[in-house]
Amino acid sequence: MPMDQVAAHDHDDHDHKPGFFVRWFFSTNHKDIGTLYLVFALIAGIVGYSLSGLIRLELAEPGIGPLTGIVEMLYGTSGPQAIEQTKSFYNTVITYHGLIMIFFMVMPALIGGFGNWFVPLMIGAPDMAFPRMNNISFWLTVAAFVLACISMIVPGGNGVNGFGGGWVLYPPLSGMAGHPGPSMDLLILSLHTAGIASILGAINFIVTILNMRAPGMTLHKMPLFAWSLLVTAILLLLALPVLAGALTMLLTDRNFGSQFFDPSGGGDPIMFQHLFWFFGHPEVYIMILPAFGLISHIVSTFSKKPIFGYLGMAYAMVAIGAIGFIVWAHHMYTVGMPSDMKAYFVAATMVIAVPTGIKIFSWIATMWGGSIDFSVPMVWAIGFIFLFTVGGVTGVVLANAGIDHSLHDTYYVVAHFHYVLSLGAVFGLFAGWYYWFEKMFGIKYNKFVGYAHFWIMFIASNLIFFPQHFLGLNGMPRRYVDYPEAFSLWNNVSSWGYALSMVATLLFFYGLVEAMVRRRKGEANPWGEGATTLEWTLPSPPPFHQFNELPVVKNEGGH
Amino acid sequence: MRYIFAWISAVLMTGSAFAQELVGQPTPGALGFQPAATRIMERVNDFHNYLLVIITVITVFVLALLIWVCVRYNRRANPEARKFSHNTTVEIIWTAVPVIILVAIAGPSFSNLFYQENEPDLEMIAQSGDLDDPNIFVDAAKEGWITIKAEGMGNWAWTYYYMDELDVDGYPVQYVSNGIHFGLPTDPAPTPEKPLYLATDYPMVIPVNRYIRYQTTSDRVIHSWTVPAFGVKTDAVPGRLNEGWFLVEETGVFYGQCSELCGKNHAFMPIEVRVVPQDQYDSWLAVMKTGDIDAATELVQVIDSTGEGTRLASVE
Repeated sequence: MPMDQVAAHDHDDHDHKPGFFVRWFFSTNHKDIGTLYLVFALIAGIVGYSLSGLIRLELAEPGIGPLTGIVEMLYGTSGPQAIEQTKSFYNTVITYHGLIMIFFMVMPALIGGFGNWFVPLMIGAPDMAFPRMNNISFWLTVAAFVLACISMIVPGGNGVNGFGGGWVLYPPLSGMAGHPGPSMDLLILSLHTAGIASILGAINFIVTILNMRAPGMTLHKMPLFAWSLLVTAILLLLALPVLAGALTMLLTDRNFGSQFFDPSGGGDPIMFQHLFWFFGHPEVYIMILPAFGLISHIVSTFSKKPIFGYLGMAYAMVAIGAIGFIVWAHHMYTVGMPSDMKAYFVAATMVIAVPTGIKIFSWIATMWGGSIDFSVPMVWAIGFIFLFTVGGVTGVVLANAGIDHSLHDTYYVVAHFHYVLSLGAVFGLFAGWYYWFEKMFGIKYNKFVGYAHFWIMFIASNLIFFPQHFLGLNGMPRRYVDYPEAFSLWNNVSSWGYALSMVATLLFFYGLVEAMVRRRKGEANPWGEGATTLEWTLPSPPPFHQFNELPVVKNEGGH
Repeated sequence: MRYIFAWISAVLMTGSAFAQELVGQPTPGALGFQPAATRIMERVNDFHNYLLVIITVITVFVLALLIWVCVRYNRRANPEARKFSHNTTVEIIWTAVPVIILVAIAGPSFSNLFYQENEPDLEMIAQSGDLDDPNIFVDAAKEGWITIKAEGMGNWAWTYYYMDELDVDGYPVQYVSNGIHFGLPTDPAPTPEKPLYLATDYPMVIPVNRYIRYQTTSDRVIHSWTVPAFGVKTDAVPGRLNEGWFLVEETGVFYGQCSELCGKNHAFMPIEVRVVPQDQYDSWLAVMKTGDIDAATELVQVIDSTGEGTRLASVE
């Protein structure tokens, strides 16, 4: 492709990379910051994934067992005291698994990583609007993660280190009554810091997308990944301050004698839940929307067809984001709400199925009539579409308050949200990884490893999470360190699924290391005619500074 | 792994995974809800079966479409991609059809929800005398409400208050119900009568075929009171008094487990409800009022199931 050579030549004399320390620690380059976010998410992901391993290890068989060994090592206790500590330790494990996966793995990878890397490239911008703010966002996220890790190893006030009240942080359990130790305060600080980082990042994305699109690229011609990031950033900007407010009230309740959530002072613990889920529900869309965006590109690229119903796809995301703000109390059907209020939340929640259905069917319609190339990212994307459908339909079941009274806080809910997040967002994450790996790092990965990673992961994650529907229906509550004998079969299957997923994870890292060692030179556009977005017009990896002369989007081009 | 083999051999030998589906507690290897003991749960079960058909059809449909496009439109089968990117007709269809499906779900969903949520008007039911409506219970309505408050305790136990039953000292009958298994070596060995993590020392006792109004609250952190076979689950929140109702149509022992993370012993805070005939309940209550809780509990160890035809059994 002569165009790439021209582009590469064009940028040669601008490509002065700073030295290692300045480049990676003072970085203002969106691609370097994107890479930093990805590396960070990989590290946090290893921590979060290991914690889920501890959960599955403990639940593999009935009886409090394997974790007691770890507790004995950590605390030097034994006998009944070690068992008592194991119960609290288990609660901290599930809490930090959730928090780390959400705030330090999925969000940094999809938004910070792929968002930073590809939003400017796709819209033809030289960089993000506020490069220094971008740098602050990243390092605040690192600081937040460090705070969360410190919070894990200081006393929680429940007999072990760390906070064990679940990622939802409900008071009074997260108040002085439940966790008097400093761990919870550090966690509040950590989430505040992560929240500031995300708000700054969101402002950056919104300004970049609204102001820095290449000439000719109207909003209605903008690639869907940029659309998904725009909607995500707006959700972040509106939702996170509410979390910050709730956390601040929790902080003053704990330390300065306020009683916002304490009924003895006229407060109300349920108020926290409303505030938390007003943030928490948009948060789940924040995690899945970027995956929606990149799946659209992958499906279109490998079907060699433009995305079907582009405007419908873009506005379906807008609709999902907007409705996402008015459904929060479907997480709270059992707290004692009036029945009319529940009925409203049932109706509003089910409406989300419509734009989500539009997306699923539009992806399939994009493939319809195409010439599908089953490359590694494409199989991940097809896996995503199916698994997200499974998670979506169980969401419709849970939306019905009448049934949710039976299923609330059971493993059915765990299965549901892992189908949409662990198998949805994370499959999207891997799809994006294999789609853009060559573009980002300029080297090719081993395709066979990519396929093996997919198939093993696909089987493993279904083995882990599908049986959890059965557990939930039969009544097994969430966040249980041990369970009646009757639940042992499906817990056992689930844990074997986890063991298999470890093989997949090792393959993923093997693929990464193998690609780094072999250094097979990447092409500018390995995917051929179907890859129509601007990042494929640049060499792989793209030059340190791109688009010094802005690309002009012609009327008929792309979307 | 041994659980998997055990399950497979059970399925092979008995031809069914649920040859012995347990009542009031989870069944090993079960795939669905626990058997219903209340009309509320019956309706939840019916509605869920209806939903299960819908969501299975949707999932299979999406899967079939995916397989079809993968087979028909892969690179080899269709080397030349078509270029269309719009089709107004199908876009309208796949917007409208889900809306219709959702409306079809919303109808039973709301009727189910309001049946659970709206406390029945017992006087009206008693006057209606309609014995054919499975949703109301005329004879029970004539007897009025039994109100029981369940308070979640900071030390992972439930305190039950029988609000309208005063003991010899003039206070409502009340007692603490503790789990007996805590995952410790000192736990008593589980038995079929005292199943692991489900049994309590002093169970909640209610009469069969009576309208029960239950209330929940908590003294410290949030808990959640639930019995899966009844289809009820209500959070116990400090500073609040939540309310719900149910009517159990068969005698037996029914278990639930605390369903809101409440700290260390969250998994060891069971709910045990013994549903007994009215006269057995009356004698239990009479002894409870004297304050001799052990003697009273003795009275409900064996549930007198003779002569209590339950409607669930007669319907099926």
